[in-house]
Amino acid sequence: MKPTFARRFIAGILGLVSVVAFTSSAQAAGEVKHPREVNGSWEGPFGRFDRAQLQRGFQVYKEVCSGCHSMNLLHYRNLGDEHGPFYDPKYPNPNENPVIKAIAATYTVKAVDPDGNEEERPGLPADKFVAPFENRAQAAAANGGAVPPDMSVLLKARHLGGDYIYSLLTGYDQPVPKDKSIPEGKHYNPYMPGGVIAMGPPLVDEQVTYAETEANKGVKPTVDQMAHDVVAFLSWASEPHQTQRKITGFGVMAFLSLLTILLWFSYRQVWRNVEH
Amino acid sequence: MSGPSSYVPKSDLEKWLDTRLPIVRFMNDTLVDFPTPKNLNYWYTFGGILAVCLASQIITGIILAMHYVPHIDMAFNSVERIMRDVNYGWLIRFMHSNGASMFFLAVYIHIFRGLYYGSYKAPREILWGLGVIIFLLMIITAFMGYVLPWGQMSLWGATVITNIVGAVPFIGDSIKTWLLGGFAVDNATLNRFFSLHYLLPFVIAGVVVLHIWALHVPGNNNPTGVEVQDVKKETLPFHPYYTIKDAFAICVFLLIFAGFVFFGPNTLGHPDNYIPANNQVTPSHIVPEWYLLPFYAILRAITFDILIIDAKFGGVIAMGGAILILFALPWLDSSKIKSMRYRPVARMWWFAFVLNFLMLAVCGAMPAEPPWTLISLICTVFYFAYFLVILPVLGVIEKPQTPPASIADSILQSHKKSAGVSAAAVPAE
Repeated sequence: MKPTFARRFIAGILGLVSVVAFTSSAQAAGEVKHPREVNGSWEGPFGRFDRAQLQRGFQVYKEVCSGCHSMNLLHYRNLGDEHGPFYDPKYPNPNENPVIKAIAATYTVKAVDPDGNEEERPGLPADKFVAPFENRAQAAAANGGAVPPDMSVLLKARHLGGDYIYSLLTGYDQPVPKDKSIPEGKHYNPYMPGGVIAMGPPLVDEQVTYAETEANKGVKPTVDQMAHDVVAFLSWASEPHQTQRKITGFGVMAFLSLLTILLWFSYRQVWRNVEH
Repeated sequence: MSGPSSYVPKSDLEKWLDTRLPIVRFMNDTLVDFPTPKNLNYWYTFGGILAVCLASQIITGIILAMHYVPHIDMAFNSVERIMRDVNYGWLIRFMHSNGASMFFLAVYIHIFRGLYYGSYKAPREILWGLGVIIFLLMIITAFMGYVLPWGQMSLWGATVITNIVGAVPFIGDSIKTWLLGGFAVDNATLNRFFSLHYLLPFVIAGVVVLHIWALHVPGNNNPTGVEVQDVKKETLPFHPYYTIKDAFAICVFLLIFAGFVFFGPNTLGHPDNYIPANNQVTPSHIVPEWYLLPFYAILRAITFDILIIDAKFGGVIAMGGAILILFALPWLDSSKIKSMRYRPVARMWWFAFVLNFLMLAVCGAMPAEPPWTLISLICTVFYFAYFLVILPVLGVIEKPQTPPASIADSILQSHKKSAGVSAAAVPAE
């Protein structure tokens, strides 16, 4: 094919892509405010979680979010998995990790004893995160009809999930537009599609007290900091193996690149005497 | 190209086997000594790439099926369990979900390559038709697979698409109920979709065997569109010449595939499918996976009744027709010349057709409202016009260039040309 055709073709595709990008961004602007970037340390192929931040994020979840939001896909043992908030190389099996055992034990779990009677016992690392409500109906009744979504994969379930949750949590201070009426018991948040959200502002400054450790030095529990920390935790929770995924990815890419180069030279070698 | 077999059994075992089940001879003739034109470019490596895609999907799929639970109460969580608790489950699952996208990317390139070089023309009509059957089976399989994680897009995508069956006049509703196993997409539907999603890839594999068989009778087409005349001068044995070239291309393709799997595994998916299916809440904007968007746009492009056909059924006919028309292509294109290399006018229309197809994909992703409804309709009309008007008429009225007399001639010419260029670039001593 002649280069002019290829050039025209590529120009056409680029034009099409820019039209789409323009219209979709214009559309987004009309319905809902584009989220602010969270700029987390965990983002991108080279991004990694900050362990201290994951621990703070878990603390925010435990002390604030978990009052209404379940995380049904997580077990306490997950917190001690490799690349998780409380991983300890001394305990490759997180069920034996004393920190995890202690965290689990702070919860009360409903169970059935050997005699068949319902009992309440302290939580174990193998237990699922205890949910705040017994069922959807109870969750709805306690929250003015709106069921707080499960947060296990919430970050993956929203467009630009990390940015979105971060912006939502810090977006309650925006003035309500004049033409917008907010129903009784609801709140204005420009990052929520439609601008009206049932959840009240969940965070206030100094709401939690961060442990005074070396890693937490100078970290103040502002709304912005807590939002950032809990988004880190939710990002980890949405896919606990993501760090392993990225590390494995570099090995795979390196192997495939090397193999590709070797195959290229083999190809040249095999075809060296062929006119084609 | 099938000719006299060049296989000579060496060991006693091979001789014994060759007179009973000549399977070694068969493998040798199809994968080792198969004469392949010398002048195939990289667009011809996608057949091999597609074979790898199919194998990868089947292997990862079988492993996923060991852990997946096809029940509406457990499907979503069982997929997440694979992601969290199954050893390397995240890798298997992301390979499978992104593998579907890669499969379609490769198949679209493969199909458009066939359109460009006229690979559907005699004597390859059956080869082309089998390819269209594979493509159709791939669409059905991918659609059912997308339902299995039982997220919001799974449920509502399935609801929208199965509704099109209901558009068939008189009997539509009964067929829809029979297909779904009830009045709505529910547990019975999920169960049968899982069963069929497991079955169809093996049907695809069977048709792929026929596809390769049909390829090996007339042999490969090539960028000149001129048939092989001198097997000795113009072809090479498939192994090692094309095994090594395909292996290189496959590896480049795997690099892109791995890029998605390891560094952006959810880029091509829709966030809503991480929300468990809920039949009480309709997503604001229901879209299929990216690779079905052009056909989704055609489905929605018909927004008006045509005589006794209502808009809904009209859309169904248009969408089905968009795929079925490919079967007729070998007889619609009236040109005697295969490759668009030598058809400058047809080549322009081919580029327009590709852009039009991409535009349809954009329309499919956009909400069904102006101006997208009108653009969808225009693109749909052009899609059909390409096959029904442009290709039949062009073959009669265009003035094509003269293709080379043979593949050997074209190789000689291109060498002269490149030699001329390098001679011009280097000043004479």
